[in-house]
Amino acid sequence: MKKVIMGNHALSYGAMLARAQVISAYPITPQTQVVELLSEMCADGTLDAKFIKVESEHSAMASCIGASVAGARTFTATSSQGLALMHEMLHWASGGRHPVVMGDINRAMAPGWTIWSDQNDSLSQRDTGWIQFYCASNQEVLDTTIQAFKVSESLYIPSMVVLDAFSLSHTYEVVDVPDQAKVDAFLPKFQPYARLTPQKPCAFNGLTSPEHYMELRYKLEEDMEKVIPAILETGLEFERAFGRLLTLADENRCDDAEIILVTSGTAGYTAHVAVEEMRAAGLKVGNLRMKVFRPFPFDLVRRVLPKARKIAVVDRNISYGHHGIFAQEVKSALHGHTDVPVFGFIAGLGGRDITPATFREIVDYTKSHDAPEENIVWIGVKK
Amino acid sequence: MKKPKKFTLTLPEEELVGSGNLACQGCGANLALRYLLKGLGPQTVLCIPACCWAVIDGPFPYSCMGVPIYHCAFETAASTATGVKAGLDMLGETNVQVVAWAGDGGTYDIGIQALSGAAERNDDIIYVCYDNEAYMNTGIQRSSATPYGAWTTTTPVKFFKDRPKKDIDAIMAAHNIPYLATGSIAYPEDILKKVKKAKDIKGTRFFHIFAPCPTGWKSRPEDAVKLARMVVQNGIFPVYEVENGEKYTQTVKVKEKKPIDDYFKLQGRFRHLKPEHLQTIQAEVDRNWAKMLKKFEG
Repeated sequence: MKKVIMGNHALSYGAMLARAQVISAYPITPQTQVVELLSEMCADGTLDAKFIKVESEHSAMASCIGASVAGARTFTATSSQGLALMHEMLHWASGGRHPVVMGDINRAMAPGWTIWSDQNDSLSQRDTGWIQFYCASNQEVLDTTIQAFKVSESLYIPSMVVLDAFSLSHTYEVVDVPDQAKVDAFLPKFQPYARLTPQKPCAFNGLTSPEHYMELRYKLEEDMEKVIPAILETGLEFERAFGRLLTLADENRCDDAEIILVTSGTAGYTAHVAVEEMRAAGLKVGNLRMKVFRPFPFDLVRRVLPKARKIAVVDRNISYGHHGIFAQEVKSALHGHTDVPVFGFIAGLGGRDITPATFREIVDYTKSHDAPEENIVWIGVKK
Repeated sequence: MKKPKKFTLTLPEEELVGSGNLACQGCGANLALRYLLKGLGPQTVLCIPACCWAVIDGPFPYSCMGVPIYHCAFETAASTATGVKAGLDMLGETNVQVVAWAGDGGTYDIGIQALSGAAERNDDIIYVCYDNEAYMNTGIQRSSATPYGAWTTTTPVKFFKDRPKKDIDAIMAAHNIPYLATGSIAYPEDILKKVKKAKDIKGTRFFHIFAPCPTGWKSRPEDAVKLARMVVQNGIFPVYEVENGEKYTQTVKVKEKKPIDDYFKLQGRFRHLKPEHLQTIQAEVDRNWAKMLKKFEG
């Protein structure tokens, strides 16, 4: 059924159709509507789930972990400071192999207080052992949420479904909400191989000596390396069931492009528009909108990007003392595979608009320079 | 010939805490969990944060327990237990007691937010604080459960703890939870009776069990139970229950309240205290005792 819904509600519908059994959440702008709608669904019986109204995001993730180890499918959502407060528990979820699925509405980190979008909240969590999907439409948010449960539960690795504050979270779009029966067929009940129950007493996460710890982490990484194939496989399965292919990235006019933009989130859709305009003006530009950031899709990046003469990575985030995080990762993936120069741009921090003009400026700079003059090229900053 | 004496066992024989675990000699916390589980039985799940019991249970991949354990993050005993309960309920395992089993640091300090949240929501869990009055597992650092006057490694003799123990029971009673009980490992029958009572109550049930730590208190292991009895009989640690935040009932009677001196003498952590310190402490104990008696009278 087609519905006009906001990005936040696309997450709620995703969790509902996935039949999440325990939801534990704390309100934070701009995530609030995700859990408001879910609490209504739980209250009116649309969704047969327990909704735990915790007193902090730290407790939200802790109780999701508790419910997950008991054998329930669990969901939560947060943003920014809330995600940062959860940090310890993000390690706990992945290290304990609990396939929690969480929505994160990208919101910049305070101070100063801000509610607007950038990616520093989620990208600061890149080393916590979570799968990270960056979405660019409400349809993608809903579809990815359902897919995330399937991927996470098959490999016991938690997933974060990320969307931009306001430009997606509060934007209404037409979304095809799939039939419950079809979703049930795509995503069967969560049946973990081990769970916390008096029927079979065992201890989880006991004190782990150097004799065992490294093997546990090796196994996590070993399974993390199976995530990309699992995303591709479930993406195809999703297409067979629902007619929409879910992939690692959007490749837009990359084949013959002289300059390829590397983008993510809603800025990636804006880049599509900008690319079409620039193509019409005779500029050979392409756009690789990356959807999966963790695990990092090395093969994809190595296949697509070396075809260009120059690569322009646009980051709505910064790793202080280094540069944009996508730029870092792209450079590291391409090292030894190509000599094509990688330009790193930073734009749109703290919710500053990224428009087609932003991409024109980025392409102009890239075209007119053999190599970036600075480690970071800032776009639209008042220096 | 003398007639052989007949003994009646007052505690169930069933043991869910295995022997040969990693507890120190004379560990009060070890007895506390044995008594709790004798009351709760095998349909129990434990959520244990960082505390002595995170180690006592045994290292991965071992466990000394006959019930399942989830080792959770330090400040999450209550919130993890809440999640486990919700998860088990959704799977139809509604007859399981989910217990958060935490030390005093994990309860009074770092875990109090999650505990307060669970209590306010009246989540259907049993939260037990076994209280050995400091961070013992990490090497005897002060917590807000450490009593006035005590030496710890972060309150050295020259700067011994100069603030009284936080009144966690009053804080928890103020949440108006259906059931709250204090207990001491010197009175196992009392603990057992309360655990059985709590088992039939829905909502948040809070236990505060006094559990001496010979290692941290610099006392003799064989004195652990004795100290746990003295602390009740001298009025420092009254043993009672509170129903719905208002109905206080004293469950271990104190016929004649003893002076505190002997209790302090048996513990190296108080060795530096001078008579005037003990007088100050005695006055404080007397004041608190008078307040408690008023609560018991209703």
